[in-house]
Amino acid sequence: MTSELTFLIPEIVLFVLTCIILLVDTIGSSEDKSFIYWLSQSTLIVTVVLLVFLCPDSTTHAMSMNFVSDPMGAILKIFICAYTSVVFFYSYDYLKEHELIRGEYFVLGLFAVLGMMVMVSAYSLLTIYLGLELLSLSLYAMVAMNRDSQSATEAAMKYFVLGALASGMLLYGISMLYGVSGAIDLASLSAYISQQTGNNILLIFGLVFVVVGIAFKLGAVPFHMWVPDVYQGAPTSVTLFIGSAPKIAAFGMAIRLLVDGMEGLVDSWQGMLIILAVLSMAAGNIIAISQTNIKRMLAYSTIAHIGFLLLGIISGSQSGYAGSMFYVLTYALMSMGAFGMVILLGRKGYEADTLDDFKGLAVRSPWFAFIMLILMFSMAGVPPLVGFWGKWFVIKEIIAMGHISLAAIAVLFSVIGAYYYLRIVKLMYFDKADQMTAIKAGQGMRFVLSINGLALLALGFMPGMLMALCLGAFA
Amino acid sequence: MFENMENIYLAIVIAPLLGSVIAGLFGRVIGRAGAHWVTIIGVGVSSILSMVAFKYIVFDGGEEFNQTIYTWLSIGNLDINVGFLVDRLSVTMMVVVTFVSWMIHIYTIGYMHDDPGYQRFFSYISLFTFAMLMLVMSNNFMQLFFGWEGVGLVSYLLIGFWYKKDTAIFANLKAFLVNRVGDFGFLLGIAGVLLYFGSLDYVDVFSRTAAVEGQTIQILSGHDWSVMTVICICLFIGAMGKSAQVPLHVWLPDSMEGPTPISALIHAATMVTAGIFMVSRMSPLFELSETALSFILVIGAITALFMGLLGLVQNDIKRVIAYSTLSQLGYMTVALGASAYAAAMFHLVTHAFFKALLFLAAGSVIIGMHHEQDMRKMGGLYKYMPITWFTSLVGSLALIGFPGTSGFYSKDAIIEALHHSHLPGSGFAYFAVVAGVFITALYSFRLFFMTFHGKERMDKHTWDHLHESPKVVTVPLTILAIPSVILGAFMIGPVLFQGYFGDAIVVSGAHDVLTEIGKSYHGVWGFTLHAFKAAPVYLALAGVLTAWLLYIKFPHVPAIFADKLGFLHKLLLEKYYLDKFNQAFFAGGTRKIGQMFWNIGDVRIIDGFFVNGTALTVRWFSGIIRTLQSGYLYDYAFAMIIGLLLLLAVFVHHLF
Repeated sequence: MTSELTFLIPEIVLFVLTCIILLVDTIGSSEDKSFIYWLSQSTLIVTVVLLVFLCPDSTTHAMSMNFVSDPMGAILKIFICAYTSVVFFYSYDYLKEHELIRGEYFVLGLFAVLGMMVMVSAYSLLTIYLGLELLSLSLYAMVAMNRDSQSATEAAMKYFVLGALASGMLLYGISMLYGVSGAIDLASLSAYISQQTGNNILLIFGLVFVVVGIAFKLGAVPFHMWVPDVYQGAPTSVTLFIGSAPKIAAFGMAIRLLVDGMEGLVDSWQGMLIILAVLSMAAGNIIAISQTNIKRMLAYSTIAHIGFLLLGIISGSQSGYAGSMFYVLTYALMSMGAFGMVILLGRKGYEADTLDDFKGLAVRSPWFAFIMLILMFSMAGVPPLVGFWGKWFVIKEIIAMGHISLAAIAVLFSVIGAYYYLRIVKLMYFDKADQMTAIKAGQGMRFVLSINGLALLALGFMPGMLMALCLGAFA
Repeated sequence: MFENMENIYLAIVIAPLLGSVIAGLFGRVIGRAGAHWVTIIGVGVSSILSMVAFKYIVFDGGEEFNQTIYTWLSIGNLDINVGFLVDRLSVTMMVVVTFVSWMIHIYTIGYMHDDPGYQRFFSYISLFTFAMLMLVMSNNFMQLFFGWEGVGLVSYLLIGFWYKKDTAIFANLKAFLVNRVGDFGFLLGIAGVLLYFGSLDYVDVFSRTAAVEGQTIQILSGHDWSVMTVICICLFIGAMGKSAQVPLHVWLPDSMEGPTPISALIHAATMVTAGIFMVSRMSPLFELSETALSFILVIGAITALFMGLLGLVQNDIKRVIAYSTLSQLGYMTVALGASAYAAAMFHLVTHAFFKALLFLAAGSVIIGMHHEQDMRKMGGLYKYMPITWFTSLVGSLALIGFPGTSGFYSKDAIIEALHHSHLPGSGFAYFAVVAGVFITALYSFRLFFMTFHGKERMDKHTWDHLHESPKVVTVPLTILAIPSVILGAFMIGPVLFQGYFGDAIVVSGAHDVLTEIGKSYHGVWGFTLHAFKAAPVYLALAGVLTAWLLYIKFPHVPAIFADKLGFLHKLLLEKYYLDKFNQAFFAGGTRKIGQMFWNIGDVRIIDGFFVNGTALTVRWFSGIIRTLQSGYLYDYAFAMIIGLLLLLAVFVHHLF
């Protein structure tokens, strides 16, 4: 029993440290939250170090089959923590500037990270649900953090109600699966399914509800309605957070449920995911065109990217899952950079969240116009940026599985999608700026954001290492 | 003598390129003098080394050089190489090209003295020298094509050198487009070579002729064509473009819009002879197709005769010389058709010198006349420009083939060769070249008399400033005058009859006309004396006499002729209406078709329907479906429930 606990050390340490930060924040009355911020960053760093240190090279189950320790989980968790650390970095200035700085942002963020880590490493239906709820509840609160903002509270409310509905559906599906199979851990569920010869209606019923739960969390059409409203309504620092690490966790959850738990039903969930993927790519890319708010545009762009992400899972092969993993890891990096740009351009009492704010950026700041150019080109999938490789990877996999028409649809919609990414580039380089105010952000922010953008370029030239890592996770 | 000729050959090619790059990119830094020094030294080095190589190969009997220097790329089994083949044929061309180019570099200092594009001009002509050397020194078809296009490009740049002049821009575009037609044929020919010989290397290709000779190809179904004929005619079409043979000659007269030094260098002495050189180089191929040779013969004859006629009615001094160039290129082409490749090369060499001389002399006149080119406003210049007058006389005599001059030997050799040829079309060709002699003499001395003798017709202002050109102009004239006179007598024996070109030129026994003439050849003196027993010399003298009568003795007569023979005069003035036809049919037709495709294909179908149409549709659709995002919570929940039901319906339903 004690030895099993070693697998959970990162989670336990994170939990304990987060509780301590919560206490420190409550006891200390200082208005200056920099101490809390640095404690949170240290916590994330410690967790990352522990994760790297304890990184397993084989699969082990622990805690009565409620927990799994495997390479995929470890890699996902490392990226979740690392990305969250960057998110905190971007957020800190933003929160100070907009007078939203509270200890709760970091504490809730860390609890969300804990929830994500549980989701990724859970091995029973209930643990997955537990992690999901921990993440969701933290996010609801974070969206609502700016109590005085009408749009933020409205977004939080919508997110909460719809989230509850989706959780209900997921739980309903889980109960059905349990009712049919009598199994609560994924290994037994998988074993039960593999013994089934004919079609089991109740199993499919349960599967549909579980898929709905996953789709909501990912934001796939038609369970995406919350995404644009929340992205736009929430403070940009929260949108930035929602847009990055939780996507990775949702991917982890999808792999646990669909692959680890129900790979036997692959034919059924493949079909469902194809519908969701096509709808997501279509709706996301097309609606994004008519947006004028960049946060909202990026929300629809997220939906479209989720469609692509699903393609890899649809292919139903180990390398396909690896493709999806590559996609989600790189997409989160792009998304972080894009929202980072929105934060960079904003200033006290002013959110630079309309497309017009990007007009003439090439004159105001050639360097950051270039970084934004990299981000947009990468999202559109232009070589040699890493976004191209992500798309290439998943499309290659579905073609290998024979879904040619699906690949054609994906390519078609990514062409349509290129329009609104390139429009940003056009605004930056060919239009005249409405305002010529200098960019205020500090050196640190400029530096990290530059690294973030250049990382896409570097990964584009050398995608091999990350690809090998992803393929290794599913070997 | 030399351990490593490879380095010398490399230096010959690279020196002018280096000069060009320095003058072109750093012209502003090194200044005007810097630009002419760097290019003149570059081409001078190249020229002297070429002479060294010439001595090594021709006089010392040194080894020929055939090596790949650098592999540019490999596709499958095909290697595309940069390599040199330096034998007697190419080394001769190298000396001519670099020497004439060198003289013209020097001359340019005087001619372009006040031009704002001074450095640019030097950069271009050095670049031309580089490209021309790549062309003649190549050992494979691909590099040949590179040089071919390279000289074409520089020709384009130089014709349009005064890019603010509308006529210059028109002329360079025309030259470029007409050459495109020729190059298309040339490229097809190269493709044919690659297809049937499986190699682009000269030596490989020539060694495989036996295997390809008998093969046929069906271009139109049902008609078998000999592969050799098709390939040779395609290659020759390339030569027709570059060497301005009818009907692809139309660009050359217009190219006179460029500065005079390049008219001399590119459009008389070197580039336009690239086609002649190329056919000579490919003699092992052309020898295998009598059809192609006949075709060449007829095209050359038409060019030699009819282009000469046009020279009779021109009044622009440079244009007269341009038509004379066309006519002389026709002579060379005729010689190729008669399998007298050596005679063609011989005429090429002598022509390079005396035609460069004539052009530079014309340039000297133009300088003296303050850039006036109309001969009707000249006359009596011999008093003011004695050196120019004398060198012009020498050049003109060489051009008409006055006994003893270079042109006499080379032209007479061609006429004799045709006399002995039995190919279809040789009868017509013989008539054309003999008649051409009279016409050549007539237009040459028309020019000479109108310019240097008779009444002084220039205005007062010009007359006040008339003077001989500076040394940088007259020295090259003098230097070029020497080979124009004496070179022929030295060359005729070895080149035509003593196997000067060695293995570089292959002539099959059946049409080896030169050997036949050689049987009755007993030295230069005999050849010269023999000429007085044949028609051409008297025709030439008759031409000179006619010119004297018409333009000095009775200067009012030409107008009467023009009036009486109005139709003929008009036909010549309009250049057989070929320009008008091209302009209306090809240029106009292409533009109309283009306009149509643009209107229908581009504007309506591609832009209108596909590009803007889809974009508008998508945007419209986007605007519609964004309204689904109503902002109401119950709508969102409803959408989720619908989604759930959809999945249930699809996946649970089909189980029943």
